[in-house]
Amino acid sequence: MGYDFDVIERSWVYLFRDGMTFSVTLTLLAMLGGIVLGTLLALMRLSPYKTLNIIAGGYVNIMRSLPLVLVIFWFFFLVPYIGGWLTNSNQPMKVGAFASALITFTMFEAAFYCEILRAGIQSIPQGQVSAGQAIGLNYRQTMSFIVLPQAFRNMLPVLLTQTIILFQDTSLVYVISSTDFLGAASKIANRDHRLIEMYTFAALVYFIICFTASMYVRRLQTRISIIR
Amino acid sequence: MIEFKKVSKSYGNFKALDNCTTQVSKGEVVVVCGPSGSGKSTLIKCVNGLEPFQKGELLFNGVSLGATKTNLPKLRAQIGMVFQHFELFPHLSVMENLTLGQIKVLGRSKEQANEKAQKLLDRVGLTSQAEKFPGQLSGGQQQRVAITRALCMDPIAMLFDEPTSALDPEMVNEVLDVMVALAKDGMTMMVVTHEMSFAKKVADRVIFMDEGRIVEDCSKDEFFAHPENRKPRTREFLEKILTH
Repeated sequence: MGYDFDVIERSWVYLFRDGMTFSVTLTLLAMLGGIVLGTLLALMRLSPYKTLNIIAGGYVNIMRSLPLVLVIFWFFFLVPYIGGWLTNSNQPMKVGAFASALITFTMFEAAFYCEILRAGIQSIPQGQVSAGQAIGLNYRQTMSFIVLPQAFRNMLPVLLTQTIILFQDTSLVYVISSTDFLGAASKIANRDHRLIEMYTFAALVYFIICFTASMYVRRLQTRISIIR
Repeated sequence: MIEFKKVSKSYGNFKALDNCTTQVSKGEVVVVCGPSGSGKSTLIKCVNGLEPFQKGELLFNGVSLGATKTNLPKLRAQIGMVFQHFELFPHLSVMENLTLGQIKVLGRSKEQANEKAQKLLDRVGLTSQAEKFPGQLSGGQQQRVAITRALCMDPIAMLFDEPTSALDPEMVNEVLDVMVALAKDGMTMMVVTHEMSFAKKVADRVIFMDEGRIVEDCSKDEFFAHPENRKPRTREFLEKILTH
């Protein structure tokens, strides 16, 4: 029995149009949501208010201590009930697999983005904050014009590296029967009995995307660094 | 304009400021000197609320700094501050450094802010540096930009926290020249510095601090002309910095 790589050519459209679109869309949306939520969490963790510290700290520690697969499952069953409760209905809300995955990844990744941004914010010298305050900027303005732009720039490589990991992790949605790129490849592999060919091809595609992205991150790092 | 009434501040058992009472009138230039750790930076940072204090009262232009209802950002916008390490915003160009506060705090239009910034840049001799980033300027140039940034807000008083101590010696004078010009224009200034030449040239009064206390507070002429009237701690300090 020889190898039959023609299976790739036959399933090409399905793999990319359905599978890869799902993976990429989920990654990008979860990254955006995760960074926004992560920034809020980081600001809460660094705020002088104890209650905010505890809430954000607890959230981050819980998320970082749970296996991602567990959270994906958990939210898949939990979110419909929370949705029902929020909309005051007796029935669990109908939440599609994609929406559920998006909520899960956003909330899970936010914990990691939070820690990256917290380090980024703490790397900005106190003198910069004082200088912002000295010209009359309030807390929100000091954060949004002085601290966060510098923190984001310092942390962009790490943020993007975390996003590459997120992209790889989206393949875990197979547990809730969503079809991402790997899921699509897996379905074809089983249907046509071409396991080695399809998994090899999938591995190659993930490698090319992630490796290219990390090379790009490295180049970006030198381009955007602040002139000192 | 600035009035300290028995201001005290402590970190645990360490007294950063101990019962400090003094005042600065409009148009007055007051030099604050003293050994490191004597509380002189802390003293001037109390004036714009960058350092909170626990006891006493501090009034700027009639507004109490200690009161919880005081709008600190609004108050700070009236007080210019220059830092030892410049603290320009490294991710913004010189022009953006100069216009940020004007636009966001004073609500000026971009055109107004640019015009104001350019006019003041010309005055400190940095006309052609507007589009550069702080990291591309020398220390002396950066400090002049920092002074300009404060002046762009049309402050009614200026605070200087060791403005020349992070500079290479050959750049000290270009910064002092700007400060002397400002003093001669009648700006109210509190200046923490070891540059006694600056104090002799433009100061009205000199405050000497040690261990969080104001040890001397007298006119410049009295301070320098009659060392025999100074307290031993002051004389010791002056001998150390004036013998060279």
